[in-house]
Amino acid sequence: MKIITAVIKPFKLDEAREALTEIGVHGMTATEVKGYGRQKGHAEIYRGAEYIVSFLPKVKIEVALPDALVDRAIEAIRKSAYTGHIGDGKIFVSPLERAMRIRTGETDSDAL
Amino acid sequence: MHSSIALGPRKEFLIRHGGDGLRRMILRVAAALAPLIVAQPAFAQDGAGKVDAADTAFMIAATALVLMMTLPGLALFYSGMVRKKNVLATMAQSLVATAIVSLLWIGIGYSLAFSGDGAYIGDASRALLAGIGLDTVSPLAKTIPEILFMIYQMTFAVITCALVGGSVAERMRFSAFMLFCVSWLFIVYAPSAHWVWGGGFLQKMGLLDFAGGTVVHINAGVAGLVCALVLGNRVGFGRENLSPFDVSLAVIGAGLLWVGWFGFNGGSALAANSRAVFAIVATHLAACAGALVWSGLEWLQRGKPSVLGVVSGAVAGLGTITPASGYILPWHGIVVGLIAGAVCYWFCSVVKYRLRYDDTLDVFGVHGVGGVMGTLLAGVFATRAITASGSDPGVAGLLEGDPHQLLVQAIGVGVTVVWCVVGTLAALKIVSLVTSLRVNADDEREGLDIALHGEALHQ
Repeated sequence: MKIITAVIKPFKLDEAREALTEIGVHGMTATEVKGYGRQKGHAEIYRGAEYIVSFLPKVKIEVALPDALVDRAIEAIRKSAYTGHIGDGKIFVSPLERAMRIRTGETDSDAL
Repeated sequence: MHSSIALGPRKEFLIRHGGDGLRRMILRVAAALAPLIVAQPAFAQDGAGKVDAADTAFMIAATALVLMMTLPGLALFYSGMVRKKNVLATMAQSLVATAIVSLLWIGIGYSLAFSGDGAYIGDASRALLAGIGLDTVSPLAKTIPEILFMIYQMTFAVITCALVGGSVAERMRFSAFMLFCVSWLFIVYAPSAHWVWGGGFLQKMGLLDFAGGTVVHINAGVAGLVCALVLGNRVGFGRENLSPFDVSLAVIGAGLLWVGWFGFNGGSALAANSRAVFAIVATHLAACAGALVWSGLEWLQRGKPSVLGVVSGAVAGLGTITPASGYILPWHGIVVGLIAGAVCYWFCSVVKYRLRYDDTLDVFGVHGVGGVMGTLLAGVFATRAITASGSDPGVAGLLEGDPHQLLVQAIGVGVTVVWCVVGTLAALKIVSLVTSLRVNADDEREGLDIALHGEALHQ
């Protein structure tokens, strides 16, 4: 089992969800986050006071899935979240040791 | 002494059994309270006024509009421009200014500003609304009930005190601000209102101030600057991100101010007449011109017109047109708005940062600068055809070839600024004897909502 954590542009969330659903991923968690990478942020000006805002709004999605789906899921997220402009985000994959569905008590791959 | 009927048993007891001195004192208090308790017919009907129903209806509406400028107008306008941790505390300033100033106004503020014929201050004849009955009319507003004139003027005192709070938002102690409202109302506002509108020396000198360029805007702006300098800059000013919590709140607030200003300037005609409408038209045009100029200059200089710039320009236009609004032609309003938008923009976004003082919400840059310009411009644009009424031949300004009025306006500005600086320093000194003016650095970091009010916004 793996967990994929992807930080993407907020307006790409729906496309990413649809792409993942198409390859058979049924469920994810999305969080509104702020961050920056190569996209440095932007300037805001209020009555002449200029502030550089480094942290930009992004959406972080987390998807837990069996090893067999990982490559296709990465590809689906990359295609759906891609604009070609700086600030498209990143995808991280990490091992997942255990999982449990709270309602039924099913564990690991049955719980995904 | 019919008023003794209204006294409670405890006071009756004191009157019967207390000493002579105490007894006299109680009777005097009772006499002062009498008009509040028993509807007392008016004895001192000053002017030969007759109440006009249309004027009265219009002024009731105008009174409501001006109160709406503070609650919720100014509360929203200001709180939208502070950081999230200070939103409630900033609203609290507008709320408490309304409550305190209203009560003090009925207590003695109105009387000091608008009764008697002293050159510098009124008298106590209207303290606790003494002598104001159903039929009473003030010589200063002869076609509406005096009680209406009193509450209309109250809304001006309220918003002036509330405006000052913007300069010290995010760092002044709540208790200190409350005490400041008390001391400043008596030291600065009430005398100033008397000089300009209550028959004082500036009015006798011929100063044109239709709706409060001196009394409201210069006073609020200069007091704001003095307060900001005395309290010092916010922690992080010039280094940290102090950007507004929610500009959309400020937009709603500015919209309420804009609409309310129709009652502020229109109502200052004190009658439902043509001059009121001329004032409203000039006011609206100045707001429009100011909004376009401020945001247009931003567009040129920074590449983008900000929404905060649009509303700031509108408020600058509104504040600046105020003293001139009832004396000028509609197109003058556009010129005043253009000048206001440009100068106030330059002041708030360039001069303030060069001088490095922290007037949190630009009370001086908008209201102080606008008030000075507007009061002077009233001497430029005053038009005889508009200022004349009945037997009054009216006043011609510089544009009609008479420089004298501009001189009078300049004296009015000078006197108001000097007294406001001195009076505000005195008011702050008095407050600082009781409590410190500023919150400590930890409370300022945490935010005044939690530190002073024990509440917080949640999302």
